[in-house]
Amino acid sequence: MKWARRLSNRFSVVGELFYFLWRQRLWWLIPMVAVLLLFGLILIFAQTSPLAPFIYTLF
Amino acid sequence: MRILGISCYYHDAAAAFIQDGELIAAAEEERFSRKKHDSEFPRLAIQFCLDQAGITSRDLDYVVFYEKPLLKFERILLTSLQTFPRSFNQFRRAMSRWLGSRLWLKSQIQDLLDVDSARILFSEHHLSHAASAFFSSPYSESAILTLDGVGEWASTTLGVGRASWDGKGKNEIRSFCEQRFPHSLGLMYSAFTAFLGFEVNEGEYKVMGMAPYGTPRYADKVWKVIQPAGRGSFRLNMDYFSFHYSSRRSFSSRFERLFGKPRNPDIPFVLTRGEGQVWQDALDGEGRHYADVAASVQLVTEEVILGLARELHARTGLDRLCIAGGIGYNSVANGRVLRETPFRHIFIQPAAGDSGGALGAALYAYHVLLQKPRRFVMEHAYWGKSFDGASIRDAVQRRGFQPKTFSDERALVQEAARRLTEGQVVGWYQGRAEWGPRALGNRSILADPRAARMKEVVNRKIKFREPFRPFAPSILDRGIRDVIEHPPDRPLDPARFMLMVSPIRPNMRARIPAVTHVDGTGRAQMVEKKANPLYYELIRAFEDRTGVPAVLNTSFNLKGEPIVNSPDDALSTFSRSDMDVVVMGEEMICKSTSGGLA
Repeated sequence: MKWARRLSNRFSVVGELFYFLWRQRLWWLIPMVAVLLLFGLILIFAQTSPLAPFIYTLF
Repeated sequence: MRILGISCYYHDAAAAFIQDGELIAAAEEERFSRKKHDSEFPRLAIQFCLDQAGITSRDLDYVVFYEKPLLKFERILLTSLQTFPRSFNQFRRAMSRWLGSRLWLKSQIQDLLDVDSARILFSEHHLSHAASAFFSSPYSESAILTLDGVGEWASTTLGVGRASWDGKGKNEIRSFCEQRFPHSLGLMYSAFTAFLGFEVNEGEYKVMGMAPYGTPRYADKVWKVIQPAGRGSFRLNMDYFSFHYSSRRSFSSRFERLFGKPRNPDIPFVLTRGEGQVWQDALDGEGRHYADVAASVQLVTEEVILGLARELHARTGLDRLCIAGGIGYNSVANGRVLRETPFRHIFIQPAAGDSGGALGAALYAYHVLLQKPRRFVMEHAYWGKSFDGASIRDAVQRRGFQPKTFSDERALVQEAARRLTEGQVVGWYQGRAEWGPRALGNRSILADPRAARMKEVVNRKIKFREPFRPFAPSILDRGIRDVIEHPPDRPLDPARFMLMVSPIRPNMRARIPAVTHVDGTGRAQMVEKKANPLYYELIRAFEDRTGVPAVLNTSFNLKGEPIVNSPDDALSTFSRSDMDVVVMGEEMICKSTSGGLA
């Protein structure tokens, strides 16, 4: 249950972040932030997954 | 109404808990984790706050974080883009920190605390600073000056606070002027701290302590890197700095061309004392050069702060001022603001830096967001953890010490005072720990201020720190104006938390040389009986024996360590230093009678 709440929290923060950038008229930053977040997710996955060594060699 | 305030992720993480507007507990994480300036999420400090209040996280109405992470994230993104590609390394590091933890703060809070996400609030960094001072002060209306490195965007704010005690008026903090990153007095001071070979966010005190050894002959050069911009404001000439794109180095090569090569931190800054109290340079002019740079940056910093304070007074017309933010620790500047500006009353709460943001965030939510009336004035700084007599005795026995127990407090202070007059160095561990970086008589190391050698004894043998660093006196409130020079019409409020440097009266300088700095000043703590009766009695007992209403007071820790928190911390520090005696609660332990030292 905790992981579900954590996941929902994180999605909510991402939503808040995009809304915040839009409101600040920084919409042009959204693609960059989206890519950064995606890389962040890959890094977190890479650190915790048994596939880590293979992902590391890809980069 | 129960509110928990949290600050973390820059330096000095902390938690503070208020109930119905009154402070119940506040502490820095470093006291529990034993990592100096610990910036991590303050799990242990939060647990202490909940334990002190006797509640669980389910009982909390709100949890308030001291700054707005999204605004800060925006600043980091934009600044990195503006300075790309020079900022690449800083950007990479920052993104790793932000995407790893800082962005997901709500999740972290909910992982630790059973609190609904709608009850987690975020205050702005400088509003938290402003609230920490204003809502702890006794004032209903006050000018507010916040100064630090940087929060989200602001580095300096000028504003005003109003609050009612009866619930009839509106509570508000309004900032009408702000200086934004990268133009920051705090970051400029930190750049000079790094240049002078000290650690940023730790060595700023050392620059302030080093300054009186020099003369401000480079002030004109410092005015080149920070330029007045009218009405008290200023701008940094960013050609001299690199902190906005580098996390490794805060000043540029142009800065080096102006001030010379940075001081090598491995070579100690030594000014040996020769015959006849003359301080001589032991480094063939090099030490003198760096002392002069320190004196120059300190003078310019004071002038900028005085300019801001005068502008704030002109705009508000108020005679009360609250100061907050890391620069609030610049006690030399605070003393000048109180003596040289039209403000007659100044309040600075003891945790003026980022740790105090935890308290400010909680107070801001209670008084401004929820519009609840004022109920609290911070009269003392003892909001940390205390340990009862049984815990102290248990720690003492576990370490094999043989204490002498004094069930009579009077006998205890008499014995401690006697030992001080004999030149012994006494660890003084009593009651609740202090909130903020100053030891104010509950986690203190004490010595006789009349003996000049005490400064070197405590610096070298007890605390193992740089010999040039000064010590502060704790002075009884009724005798303090006989010891320091201060305008008779201005209260000494900042001195309650040791946040103001004043000139020591010329007739007293030779009487208390160990606490008189090289320029004849001292950072006095004014001790009031109502705030700390036992400490007051100790100084009075010392006065009865010597005629001097003051003792040398420094924090109970060794160089590089946080101030002691538990009895175990205190005994460990006692064992590893040349302290003669430690008094913990009603137990007195002497090195000569302690048996096997742990």
